[in-house]
Amino acid sequence: MASSATTAGTGPVFHLEEEHAHAEGSSTMLGFWLYLMSDCLIFAMLFAAYGVLGGNYAAGPAPKDLFDLDLVAVNTTMLLLSSITYGFAMLTMDKGRVAATQAWLAVTGLFGLAFLSIELYEFAHMIHEGATPQRSAFLSSFFTLVGTHGLHVTFGIVWLVTLMTQVARFGLTEANRRRLMCLSMFWHFLDVVWIGVFTFVYLMGMLR
Amino acid sequence: MPDTLTKFIFGRLTWDSLPLHEPIVVATFVAVALGGIALLAAITYFKLWTYLWREWFTSVDHKKIGIMYMVLGLVMLLRGFSDAIMMRLQQAIAFNGSEGYLNSHHYDQIFTAHGVIMIFFVAMPFVTGLMNFVVPLQIGARDVSFPFLNNFSFWMTVGGAILVMASLFLGEFARTGWLAYPPLSGIGYSPDVGVDYYIWALQVAGVGTTLSGINLICTIIKMRAPGMTMMRMPVFTWTSLCTNVLIVASFPVLTAVLSLLALDRYVGTNFFTNDFGGNPMMYVNLIWIWGHPEVYILILPLFGVFSEVTSTFSGKRLFGYTSMVYATVVITILSYLVWLHHFFTMGSGASVNSFFGITTMIISIPTGAKIFNWLFTMYRGRIRFELPMMWTVAFMLTFVVGGMTGVLLAVPPADFVLHNSLFLIAHFHNVIIGGVLFGLFAGIAYWWPKAFGFRLDPFWGKVSFWCWVVGFWFAFMPLYILGLMGVTRRMRVFDDPSLQIWFVIAAFGAVLIAAGIAAFLIQIFVSIRKREALTDPTGDPWDGRTLEWSTSSPPPAYNFAFTPVVRDNDAWWDMKKAGYVRPLSGFKPIHMPSNTGTGVILAAFSVALGFGLIWYIWWLAALSFVCLIATAIGHTFNYHRDFHIPAAEVTQTEEARTTLLAAQG
Repeated sequence: MASSATTAGTGPVFHLEEEHAHAEGSSTMLGFWLYLMSDCLIFAMLFAAYGVLGGNYAAGPAPKDLFDLDLVAVNTTMLLLSSITYGFAMLTMDKGRVAATQAWLAVTGLFGLAFLSIELYEFAHMIHEGATPQRSAFLSSFFTLVGTHGLHVTFGIVWLVTLMTQVARFGLTEANRRRLMCLSMFWHFLDVVWIGVFTFVYLMGMLR
Repeated sequence: MPDTLTKFIFGRLTWDSLPLHEPIVVATFVAVALGGIALLAAITYFKLWTYLWREWFTSVDHKKIGIMYMVLGLVMLLRGFSDAIMMRLQQAIAFNGSEGYLNSHHYDQIFTAHGVIMIFFVAMPFVTGLMNFVVPLQIGARDVSFPFLNNFSFWMTVGGAILVMASLFLGEFARTGWLAYPPLSGIGYSPDVGVDYYIWALQVAGVGTTLSGINLICTIIKMRAPGMTMMRMPVFTWTSLCTNVLIVASFPVLTAVLSLLALDRYVGTNFFTNDFGGNPMMYVNLIWIWGHPEVYILILPLFGVFSEVTSTFSGKRLFGYTSMVYATVVITILSYLVWLHHFFTMGSGASVNSFFGITTMIISIPTGAKIFNWLFTMYRGRIRFELPMMWTVAFMLTFVVGGMTGVLLAVPPADFVLHNSLFLIAHFHNVIIGGVLFGLFAGIAYWWPKAFGFRLDPFWGKVSFWCWVVGFWFAFMPLYILGLMGVTRRMRVFDDPSLQIWFVIAAFGAVLIAAGIAAFLIQIFVSIRKREALTDPTGDPWDGRTLEWSTSSPPPAYNFAFTPVVRDNDAWWDMKKAGYVRPLSGFKPIHMPSNTGTGVILAAFSVALGFGLIWYIWWLAALSFVCLIATAIGHTFNYHRDFHIPAAEVTQTEEARTTLLAAQG
């Protein structure tokens, strides 16, 4: 931060003498937050569509005929547990313990898979009963909202496997920590969205 | 070959998909194909492929990406304008029982393509290109926050443009109007590929736009030179920040609503259908929740350009900097609260219509404040009527008229009469041409010397200016009159012969605008030929006020040899007044991002994916999707994405400039 072309620090400073490096990845967290918020808007639109169309059964099945709250409760538990275990992965990452981090990431992935399997079972069951996405606007918006969340979880698992491979090959480097941090935010974000889905779609659906 | 196999390989693409029965399209195709072959042959003959690939296509330099965006916008302007002048000609002759020269199938595609291309592939690339080029220079940064993402965003925009252009020669484009309202855009009424081209072109380009928005926000928040507080940012940077906030907070809405339309068309869901509980008006609401912020995405950066130009060419600090910033922020927020004014006729009731009518009128207050700020900046200034300043004055006169007709349309009872009339068409062309386009020409004339090191030829610039301005008034004032008489938009033939004279006048205006575009192209050509005479070795041809004028023209890859320290709004003006001396020694190695071809490859797979989905070629769609994901994952395994420009090279570049400046005296 020394003086500029004018000598001996008497005149005004017009530029930095030393290279003023923006640390690599210094914008990544802000950028990823912005991405998450843009994704959040997509979910907001899907929630809005469900809000408008969610009561349009077109003489077809209604939430009470379709939803099995016990199953959804188990499913919600799977996703919430996966968020907790991801938290443990981040704690062990901070301590630099590669093996423990990988183990917690693997557990997270398994909970994620369990969540997806239960969701797919639920979808298959509904479609088998004739409650297809084409049946009514309520079902179109239900499958799209819940399915988009499921696609995000699927993508998160692909990302998780990629990151585990990279941690295995390159260790908990600065770049890999940053990436794990981004996935962590993504994973918790999906959790928050699911809480919205659980409340707004399933619980309130049963009250309709 | 058995029929099922053909269907599997080509989907619904057949020989009949070629529009051979449309002589106009065939002639266009022949012309474009010959031109394209000539261009490719020329590039091969002059052995430019390696140069283009290494120095431009794979470049992560924000300046080069900005210039490529401008080239894309210019090419697409020619296509969008061809559509415009074809419509003007059709409407000028389709009277007294004449059908004109365009059948309805073709005409409906033309007005849809005109709107889509002009907004998404002309105005957006121009605006994004300008921001990309200027913002990092104005804030004293070396590049944007995510240089690779920047390159990828550009190529996704190109990908969308390629899909739209493909629809001209392979199949057809949507015949729905530029926002593709259902149920007309549903599978029942538009079973062919037109709407699918529309959906996937916008989805591919939309990814690029959203990512470039995130990138520029991060750049402006995180990469400013030391000393540049938020309230010391140049106004163009401020308006760019607000525009990119709008992009990130509105393009996902477009992505979502187009996905829902795609589900209706591909899967058979019932979001926007008339039966099974669907609701077409929800589409109209959702798309305008994106659409209204979109018009401010387009105009805000140009408000920034006008601020820079007015202040520079009046030789004065901008009047009311703080109020300018607040006005911009207020417009940003209000732009989300007005979407319903696009369809007062939906019938949502007096209370809802009043709310949206009033919020719309309120927007004219901050906008009016800006106009007064520019006028007061000019007041008692030493005004130089160079080309950018001429465009600015033309903007102020033209845009005010467009703004006032907008306030008129904001009154719901008036809108019930004028909804979907040519009055509306005249209004939004009045603000988009008079605001966005005039601003872009001002910006191009203003920053061209920075980008290339020589000025644009003023004579041809003035020819272009007068043709454009006069042509605009001839082309659109008749539409106001026709609209007040009740003529609706998108008409192909007319019964009432007394209307014809107005359409003939409008067509004359379009011809003048064509001359304006031609003069602009000639201006670029002549300027490149005369670049020695027009050269500007100083890097500061207009006696500028902001940081981009402190470095050389064109700027070196690293923009600034030393990171500048900012003490004032008009940082470069302050440096000049305080006796700044250019540093001549002590250069350090500079950390820079490396080029990469991944952006081009990812965008190419996205185009293939879109093409497969449009034509129901499912294997192509699946294959390109897998390749897309695999390439993206593969890219993350590359951890070495940067390099250092050695100090010796920096010294050499800077010494070359010292010699140039010394020769100047």
